[in-house]
Amino acid sequence: MIEEIARVEEHEDEGNGYRRLVLSAPSVAADAAPGQFVHIKVPSLEESALRRPFSIFDAGDGIVTVLYKTVGRGTAALASVRKGEEVSVLGPLGRGFPAKCSGTALLVGGGYGVAPLYFLARKLDCPKILFVGGRSAPDVLALRDFEKIGVEARVATNDGSLGGKGFVTLPLDEETKRLRETGGKFEFFTCGPDGLLRAVSERALALGVPGWISMDRHMICGVGACYACVQKTVRGYSRCCIEGPVFPAEDLVWE
Amino acid sequence: MGMTPAIDMTTALGPLTLASPLVTASGAFGYGMEYFGAVDYSKLGAVTAKGIRIDPWPGNPMPRHAEVPGGIVNAIGLQGTGVAHFLERTLPFYSIRVLRPLGRPLPLIANIWGGSVEEYAEVAKRISEGAGGVVSALEMNVSCPNVKSGGHTFGQDPSVLFNVVSAVRKATTLPLLVKLAPNVQSIAPYVKACEDAGADALSMINTIPAMVIDVERRKPAIANVTGGLSGRAVHPVAVKTVFDARKATKLPILAMGGVYSARDAIEFFLAGADAVAIGSAMFSDPSVVAKTYDGIADYCARHGFGSVRELKGALEV
Repeated sequence: MIEEIARVEEHEDEGNGYRRLVLSAPSVAADAAPGQFVHIKVPSLEESALRRPFSIFDAGDGIVTVLYKTVGRGTAALASVRKGEEVSVLGPLGRGFPAKCSGTALLVGGGYGVAPLYFLARKLDCPKILFVGGRSAPDVLALRDFEKIGVEARVATNDGSLGGKGFVTLPLDEETKRLRETGGKFEFFTCGPDGLLRAVSERALALGVPGWISMDRHMICGVGACYACVQKTVRGYSRCCIEGPVFPAEDLVWE
Repeated sequence: MGMTPAIDMTTALGPLTLASPLVTASGAFGYGMEYFGAVDYSKLGAVTAKGIRIDPWPGNPMPRHAEVPGGIVNAIGLQGTGVAHFLERTLPFYSIRVLRPLGRPLPLIANIWGGSVEEYAEVAKRISEGAGGVVSALEMNVSCPNVKSGGHTFGQDPSVLFNVVSAVRKATTLPLLVKLAPNVQSIAPYVKACEDAGADALSMINTIPAMVIDVERRKPAIANVTGGLSGRAVHPVAVKTVFDARKATKLPILAMGGVYSARDAIEFFLAGADAVAIGSAMFSDPSVVAKTYDGIADYCARHGFGSVRELKGALEV
């Protein structure tokens, strides 16, 4: 983990409040693993503002990319950062996804929760299927990126504007049923809203297969020092920034 | 700033000698090792570990913090794994991850707290006997606003404070600091109580009791309902507290509260501090340590001070 001053190479509007930030950050990129995150100091906020954590969408060749949604004051301010500007990046941080999968990797993303799944899909050397959900068509992100690396995507939206209508757990359940009938092994890898994470965790436990759950929590330090971003686990309150953000499903305690 | 003339940056908190006047504040720097790689440890005089208690303590439910203009309101609730884990697991890790790569001693101040006078004394004794020289001093937290059965109750009555500091004093020969709250009528009786009980130095300030309401949900923003304010906003309160305390005692003072720059630290020295701790600023900018250190040295050079210690009391009122 280091603090690196990164140059903004690209900052694209992906519509509906989503943005893609491409940073030149060779040291962070070289160390990054799927599921890890970067803690970014938003330049246009006041000097004392807290950093904001973002999943690493992709890393390699000196570049770190994040995919985010403007949801609050920090991300709204980040959205105004222009190409050529510099931002301070702390990273790579956290414990990410495992580097191996036995059987088929079922990647389950909701909204901008697909972000860490792309880097994971690129690195995992096994069959994989992406299950991606969102409220509406514009909330389904990065489909083209997954397509380019040959990952099949099954889409569901709450309003049915893209893919099947309903939760992404519908196509997911169809696939796990099929895999079980054919005796195929599989593991879950997921990131998104808590409701989705909980639903996937419950499926992993019920089916007795590994589930790797990436928690999204407001953070302060991002490095394990302050104990603000905790999640209840079988060990008590665990820090999402350093003991996570990826937890095995059996560790999580949902309230 | 690279060509800083040789300024004597050493200082002391009573028997504890510091190679730099900059320390990390308890609760903002984990157990001293989490920020390794992002902070310039060569410019730290000591690190202060997160609060340690006899037994493990779960801390408060989520959410534990809210960002506000000029600071953070937090109610972490002193989550910790207890003194045995600290001695057996944390300290060896600190030695391996920090002291070994650093190649020189870096004093570790153990912040302690308890639910009773006996618990305070017990945790002090355990650390004094079991830290194998890695812990250089103790800092008593008697002012945490976020834990009901401990912390601030001991720091809100000078006679209670005297009793708990006396008990810890008897339990340890390590240099002893007491961390005080700013939200008292007058700091002087608390300073006097610590002095009479044998404290070696004072730390101030802890966070200030505060509350944030999420108006959309019509609920407190923090699960604990109330929390403690830290960050830039508390700095002038802290400067005044240090200024008042300095008038009441000759004890060394470790000042903290909203240090984001050399200017903030220098205010503390001029108000009467011997050393300065950095807390919330670390979260937004870990390079604050190096920038503050260099800035203090630069200030000393510009103003003709050969030593950072000369800043203490150089205030003209």
